[in-house]
Amino acid sequence: MTRQEILDELKKVISPYTTNKELLASIDDQTDLLKDLKINSANLVDIIIDAEAKYDIEIDYDSADKMVNVGTCIDVISEKLNQKA
Amino acid sequence: MRRRVVITGIGVVSPNGTGIPAFLNAIQNGISGIKFIERYRELNFSCQVAGMPDFEWESLKNYISEVTFHGLRGTNIGYGLVAALDAWKDSGMPYDTEEPRWETGCVFGNSIADTEAMKNVIAKVDNKEARKLGSRVVEQAMNSGVTSYISGRLGFGNKIITNSAACATGSQAILMGYECIKDGYARRMLVGSAEHVDTYVYGAFDSMRVLSRKFNDQPEKASRPMSATAGGFVPGSGAGALVLEDLEFALQRNAPIYAELLGGSTNSGGQRMGGTMTAPNSTGVIRCIRDAVEQSGIKGKTIDLISGHLTATIADKTEIQNWSTALGLSKPNFPMVNSLKSMVGHSLSAAGSIETVAAVLQVANDFVHPNINIEDPNPEILNLVSLENVPAKMIKKEVNIVAKANFGFGDVNSCLIISKYKQ
Repeated sequence: MTRQEILDELKKVISPYTTNKELLASIDDQTDLLKDLKINSANLVDIIIDAEAKYDIEIDYDSADKMVNVGTCIDVISEKLNQKA
Repeated sequence: MRRRVVITGIGVVSPNGTGIPAFLNAIQNGISGIKFIERYRELNFSCQVAGMPDFEWESLKNYISEVTFHGLRGTNIGYGLVAALDAWKDSGMPYDTEEPRWETGCVFGNSIADTEAMKNVIAKVDNKEARKLGSRVVEQAMNSGVTSYISGRLGFGNKIITNSAACATGSQAILMGYECIKDGYARRMLVGSAEHVDTYVYGAFDSMRVLSRKFNDQPEKASRPMSATAGGFVPGSGAGALVLEDLEFALQRNAPIYAELLGGSTNSGGQRMGGTMTAPNSTGVIRCIRDAVEQSGIKGKTIDLISGHLTATIADKTEIQNWSTALGLSKPNFPMVNSLKSMVGHSLSAAGSIETVAAVLQVANDFVHPNINIEDPNPEILNLVSLENVPAKMIKKEVNIVAKANFGFGDVNSCLIISKYKQ
């Protein structure tokens, strides 16, 4: 999967957890999940669980800690997908 | 200084009507909310009917953000949110606020979390998948879940209390909120309670053999308070909510005033003198009613209407006897008495708040709602109450004072005195 493909899918994963749909449509690597998308920090767990199901991967605790903005989310997902492949 | 407390908003999710207009129409016209539940037949329950609100789950999106909605599974929380937010809106106030509302608190009761929703949690944990549960389980499993969702949506900054006293929960919540205002701790309290009788709780009641089981083919006939053929109660679900306000505070903002809450009492019979886990000690009940009357500064003979607990069991006649003894009134002076449960069943934790909403509507609109299914009144009850005071049809009359009581497992009692608001 390319980074762009992951990004497109990631938007769908994040969507239920933000009310700011306008910003969600235009997110890039720098977009911060908490500060920009105003996602409740408790919901990061749900995003990780949903991402695991979506990509059929397992995201360990240390990797999950890195997922603070869109770019690092894509990094982690991409890494886990490659490990699987 | 003792502050006067008025009711400025009401909201309800009832088996016979969600929202005040539908509910008012239903209780004036004797519309039953009891339905046959196919699932209960499949499960071999003895009682196969229940009071289930017509509730569009998606309608919650009109009340809470879609982020909050996503992952919300607790039916009791959904009911509580709608009743509470409707009451708030009815009181003329917006949902949104930047600052916490420091002057407003909440006492909201319930029994247990939605076990059907929790079944999925249990399955995941047992399947060694606890890490997949996510962030939304704890807040819905905790007993304060309903209260937390309501208080968070409306930004309440005063006392936030979750109470639980089985079938006395609703009226007890209202009384606790009343006391916060009366004693000057808060200017406004959102009070009420919610209940979702899920299949597992229902099954446990069924096993106790306390449910109505002879009217499965005639659901609307199944809940028969004060009737000679009352053979057990019909479980119900829903929520009721009221906005209570310091009178001065309400007048300052020209709030609508439905009625005044004059006072009340909650106590226990101590599970002594005939009182047990499941049966009230009559001496405790009588003390509770007398205390409520005294606290409210009224005389028993000025009560126009008793809104009884009256679940449709053999305890109905004992309850009427207790009212009679407590108030020193018997035929022909025993006041009119009705039981909302004839139309909606027994909504356990939610019963007290739904029934109090009904009581407020009767005071505000001057009517006494019917006792449906009372074509065969219990003769022992008629020894104490005149037949015309157990109305089978709606009676239009001036209703100034209503006494509302509920009695719950654990031998807990609570009684409220509601009056027309007069300057």
